[in-house]
Amino acid sequence: MSTATASKTSTAPAEKPKRPFNWGSLRTYISAVIILIWCLAPFYWMLVTAFRDVGYTFDTTPFFTHITWDNFATVFDESLGNHFGRNLLNSLIVGAVTTVVALLVGVFAAYALARLNFRFKFVVLGFILGASMFPGVALVTPLFQLFTNIGWFGTYQALIIPNISFVLPLTVYTLTSFFREMPWELEEAARIDGCTQGQAFRKVILPLAAPATFTTAILAFIASWNEFLIASQLSNDSTKTVTVAIAYFAGAQPHQEPYTAVMAAGTVVTIPLVILVLVFQRKIVAGLTAGAVK
Amino acid sequence: MSTELQKPDATATAGHTMPSRESADRKQLTQGRWAYTLLAPSLILLAVVIIYPVLNAIIMSFQKDSGLDPATGFFSEGGPAGFENYTHWLLQQCTAPGGGSVACPPGTLGAQFWDSMGTTFFFTVVTVAFETVLGFWMAIIMARAFRGRSLIRAAVLVPWAIPTAVTAKLWFFIFAFEGIANKLFGTQILWTGSEWPAKWAIIIADVWKTTPFMALLILAGLQLIPDEVYEAAKVDGASTWQRFRLITLPLVKPALMVAILFRVLDALRMYDLPAIMTQGANGTTTLSILVVQQIRQGFNTAAALSTITFLVIFLVAFIFVRFLGANAVDAATSSGKAK
Repeated sequence: MSTATASKTSTAPAEKPKRPFNWGSLRTYISAVIILIWCLAPFYWMLVTAFRDVGYTFDTTPFFTHITWDNFATVFDESLGNHFGRNLLNSLIVGAVTTVVALLVGVFAAYALARLNFRFKFVVLGFILGASMFPGVALVTPLFQLFTNIGWFGTYQALIIPNISFVLPLTVYTLTSFFREMPWELEEAARIDGCTQGQAFRKVILPLAAPATFTTAILAFIASWNEFLIASQLSNDSTKTVTVAIAYFAGAQPHQEPYTAVMAAGTVVTIPLVILVLVFQRKIVAGLTAGAVK
Repeated sequence: MSTELQKPDATATAGHTMPSRESADRKQLTQGRWAYTLLAPSLILLAVVIIYPVLNAIIMSFQKDSGLDPATGFFSEGGPAGFENYTHWLLQQCTAPGGGSVACPPGTLGAQFWDSMGTTFFFTVVTVAFETVLGFWMAIIMARAFRGRSLIRAAVLVPWAIPTAVTAKLWFFIFAFEGIANKLFGTQILWTGSEWPAKWAIIIADVWKTTPFMALLILAGLQLIPDEVYEAAKVDGASTWQRFRLITLPLVKPALMVAILFRVLDALRMYDLPAIMTQGANGTTTLSILVVQQIRQGFNTAAALSTITFLVIFLVAFIFVRFLGANAVDAATSSGKAK
């Protein structure tokens, strides 16, 4: 998939020489601008509000005015009962551990699914796909009671374990699709040169698989970072993640939504993801669509 | 190149080109052991984090919640409940103060089951319909060759990358009474404070957030259609609409159905947007929200509801795969064993 996309992207623009003016291409450009505005305008509005003086919260000037860093100070101000720095760290811990566990375990499963012939492969893949579609609420209810009983409520493992239930299937599924497109002739070559299957896997395939694994790690981390339902039910004040913190952000006035501060908090949480996604754009698109089309 | 690589694999699976049947079987047997050794950690982990809680939930759903028994006024320890927790939701039967059961009074969670089922399906049908049409349009634009195309492809990833909780807060702000939406359209709507505007606010936020995913999946499907097919159709005099209906649509259908399946199953478990934007008020309570509200009032009753939710989603997935041909597993294995 990824190679097909990449080659198409690079060759397509050179395909046909265009006439000087083309109404069809004008329509394409107008559509493109509409898509651009639809996708970016709300995000842009979040940035504008995040940097705007709280007194001008509902100002409709469409560019950056009354610029201030105060909202970001409010976000990290602990006097209102928010602990945003702590929440960021919690999300980072939960996301990192979930991603590492899912990758360590999932990489072997993906290799088996991509490379080996075995009975019930279809059933195993169906089970893994089904697991990724599994509704979070069906886990929250029993886990809420279970974790309360064994004293795990509000611990990191209480958040990481349910996260694995949807991050691991995603990891296996994405890696399987990536692995299927790797130059496996090299593995055969290594085996002819006397490597065992295990050695060939370790010495030839793992280094080759690094970029695919890295992309999958980004997707897994984003999925965990964005999780809300499980974190909102199974965390306590000390393990609360950023998504929960933003949803219940406390302002200075009890009944007044601190819009500018919340937009600033949203900006803090979103900017690293957006940068990550834009830098690895092509890889991420390949990973997202991997397996869905063949 | 990738297809050339896969072909020998696919035929090997079917067992046609192997020199002898016996050696193929033997190879599969030895590979099988190795395969299951590699798969074991993932399968065991998934069993622990999914199958165990689900079985636990099913057992819980047949137990009474402990608490004050409305019939006797004494504290009751629970005990087996039979299908009571299920009839509580499906038939909306609550325990009457004098014993026996009555229809749940309006306003209780039990009385909201069918409403929230309706809301969940309404959200699912409307959001997925909009996402499919918009996503298809975006994919067609992105598939065209023009300068700045990579900019559009990067831009569509922005809504996808933003956490849903942040998306909810962002649209909550946009739809605030004094917010930009009302000012832009000159309206004075209490978006999140009344039923239909609240539903539409959630739908718009969801469509904004998830259309890019749909568009990218459809785009990947479109890119598999060879240009020569279109060229040939053009030579034969097919109009734009004919080319779309007779070439694009049938050829992109497998990718499209998988994309719709993914989105439908995702929309059926919708929680974040309504939970943050309206807290489920004004007719926006989805099944997931109802489960979470019930958890605080009684685990076992909540377990029955979460089991019902799981079965509903499972049933929808089954219908999609079995009758509508959305075969995600096939797409993933690409072993050519399609039924």
